[in-house]
Amino acid sequence: MKLIKSIVRPNKVDDVKDALAKLNISGMTVTEVRGHGKQKGHTAIYRGKEYNVSLLPKMEIEIVVPDSIADEAIKAIVQAARTGEIGDGRVFVCPVLESYRIRTGEKES
Amino acid sequence: MNQADTAWMLIATALVLLMTPALAFFYGGLVRSKNALNTMMMSFISLGFVSVLWALLGYSLAFTEGNNWIGDLSNAWLTGVGLEAKGSIPHVLFMAFQATFCIITAALISGAIVERMRFSAYVTFISLWALVVYAPIAHWVWGGGWLADLGALDFAGGTVVHVNAGVAALVAAIVVGKRQEYPSSSLLPHNVPFVLLGSGLLWFGWFGFNAGSALAANNIAGLAFVTTMLAPAATLVAWSVLDMMRSGRPTAVGGATAIVVGLVAVTPAAGFISPMSAIILGAIAAVPSYLVMQIRAKTSLDDSLDVVAAHGVGGATGALLTGVFAERSLNGIADGLLFGNPGQVVIQASAIAAVIVYSGVMSFVLLKLIGLVIPLRAAAEDEGTGLDITQHGEEAYLHAGGASPRSHVGA
Repeated sequence: MKLIKSIVRPNKVDDVKDALAKLNISGMTVTEVRGHGKQKGHTAIYRGKEYNVSLLPKMEIEIVVPDSIADEAIKAIVQAARTGEIGDGRVFVCPVLESYRIRTGEKES
Repeated sequence: MNQADTAWMLIATALVLLMTPALAFFYGGLVRSKNALNTMMMSFISLGFVSVLWALLGYSLAFTEGNNWIGDLSNAWLTGVGLEAKGSIPHVLFMAFQATFCIITAALISGAIVERMRFSAYVTFISLWALVVYAPIAHWVWGGGWLADLGALDFAGGTVVHVNAGVAALVAAIVVGKRQEYPSSSLLPHNVPFVLLGSGLLWFGWFGFNAGSALAANNIAGLAFVTTMLAPAATLVAWSVLDMMRSGRPTAVGGATAIVVGLVAVTPAAGFISPMSAIILGAIAAVPSYLVMQIRAKTSLDDSLDVVAAHGVGGATGALLTGVFAERSLNGIADGLLFGNPGQVVIQASAIAAVIVYSGVMSFVLLKLIGLVIPLRAAAEDEGTGLDITQHGEEAYLHAGGASPRSHVGA
């Protein structure tokens, strides 16, 4: 099993969700996050003082999938979330050691 | 000059001015957080640009004698608008009271084009619109123009303010076009408490709008005050019932919307109808606006905050019902259909039609002309990022982590 953590543009969440639904991946956790990569952020002006706000709003989508479809899922996410501009985000993949369903207590493989 | 009238009109003017910030909260809560400031500024900026233009030209075009269609320039730059009496209040105060109406009417239009219109194009539009569309229509009805001669009843601006803004909103939504994500994505309100706060403050301010339109501290002001209390109350009841019938739950956004629809509908009628008629008028007015809102959501028309349904349809319903429920015995002006004067409904309908045609055509022409000089829409990328950051360089809800004074950051 793999945990796929994608950090995408807020307006791309729906596209990623649709792309994953096509692969029958329905479970996911979505979090509003702030951060930056190569993006410089934007300038904000409050009461005449200029600030460089470097942490930009992004959405983080976490899914856990069997190893067999991980590559396909990653490809789908990258395709759906891409605009080609700086700030499109990142995908991180980690191994998952164990997984339990709370309702039944059963261990999933 | 009457001191009681003057005291009341000073208060009423301040009340109506408060409606524009109230509208900012009503609209601001209904959009996504990345556009909250931009949406609220679209109302607030009207307090600046439209006020100044009203003093320079708008008041003169609307309220001087001129001809049947438009006033003249005899009061331009407030020449001759002094401390002398206009009716029973100072002329300058009358000018200021009317200014607050123009300000909110222009701001109302913004609800149709939020989350994608370029701010500079919007400000240009409402500035010109206030002079080219609002001022002449105000003249037709209140400045001694042809609709006044025809006998059209519009106590506080059902046609002048609400039908007018509703039609301009419809045209603007079409010309500017829909949001990129409409209707595929969930474009949800980010702060419903703001929406409720806004509708509550609008109601409060509306007592100045309607009761102030009596232009005196008299019995007609008292009547308009009471109808302004009862009609939205009835709309709120009817709307909640409609919500219950449709989904089993009375919604908060629906409740806030109902209050606005009821206020809009009673605006043309406020000083002409009895309190009991106001309850019936308010309840009836819920239905067409409710239906149009349901239908609109299924179309490709992205009138984002339903200005057409609330103000256009609500205003037209109220203006027609004014022709039904008006009672000469109350104010000595005219009877409606129920009191033996069916012709009044026809007069009301022709006033509505005239405003629809003029406001529709002129708003379209203005937007197309402005579009030749300034792109009407924000850049597609800016629309994605949000208009707060891209149009104003600020955010409504700041997560300031990582922010540093600009001077400490390398260029």
